[in-house]
Amino acid sequence: MIRKLLLATLPGLLLVAVPAAAIDSGKAFEDPELQARYENIIAQVRCLKCQNQSIKDSNVFLASDLRREIRRLLSEGKSDQEVFDFLVERYGEFALYSPRKSGKTLVLWLTPFILLVAGVFVGYSVIRKRMSMSFDDEALTE
Amino acid sequence: MLRYLTPLFVIGILVVVFSIGLLRDPSELPSTFIDRAAPTFDLPRLKNPEARVGSSDYAGEAVLVNVWATWCVGCREEHPFLMDLAESGDIPIYGINWRDRRPDALRWLDRYGDPYVASGFDEDGRVAVDWGVYGAPETFLISGDGIVLHKHLGPLSEAIWLEDFVPLLGDSS
Repeated sequence: MIRKLLLATLPGLLLVAVPAAAIDSGKAFEDPELQARYENIIAQVRCLKCQNQSIKDSNVFLASDLRREIRRLLSEGKSDQEVFDFLVERYGEFALYSPRKSGKTLVLWLTPFILLVAGVFVGYSVIRKRMSMSFDDEALTE
Repeated sequence: MLRYLTPLFVIGILVVVFSIGLLRDPSELPSTFIDRAAPTFDLPRLKNPEARVGSSDYAGEAVLVNVWATWCVGCREEHPFLMDLAESGDIPIYGINWRDRRPDALRWLDRYGDPYVASGFDEDGRVAVDWGVYGAPETFLISGDGIVLHKHLGPLSEAIWLEDFVPLLGDSS
């Protein structure tokens, strides 16, 4: 009975444990506007050591070093764009989850739209064909 | 006929695209510094904290800059080759000791040998960020006029040295 109870609470305990491991729990800036910009930026930067996390979510020291550099740049009054430029210059476009719309990444941005248009076109022609075929069927059966 | 060939053709293209994507190692990023001016550094020396070592020490000659740490397994792996390379006198090797503890790093050099002209002690990792370092070991080949010719991720070996570095050295010197 006790064992069952323990087992039942285990998943719940895990849920409680995760937020406790939050990264950078303290505020980086007094100014709420700056803090918001900081949090917005770090959520968009890939942790290159742990590629499927942003540096906001990672406690690898490389991520904390990058957060420190971003805090430094922001406190020096740099704009968001300048911070992103700083990172791209050193780590490449891959460091950003949302690559900038430059010539190199244009394919990345345009492909979904090209595929969408192609899909609509294919779907349209298939449906048209089917419709005309079904009319023919009707004519045959009646 | 076309009806069956078109999907086959599309699938063929997808297979090619995805196999290229899958066969590439996603953790290997091309350095943004290739063929650009190398970043600079100026750090306290590992062995003698009073003195500095930095990029101004190697202006005018081709060098290797090797990012290493005692917590880095690959660094241990490449270390014997670095020792051989240093002994050959082919190229000076500068070290950036990244996010390490000084006593550990000194003990490492003591035990395994010191292939470096000097190592800078990048305790807080600030220089590593400037160099776009995201894993150790990383080795930069820098030409005499300060251009990054090549960057190697992961442990160096003689085979990699001969294949990826030596041909580039021929051009610059």
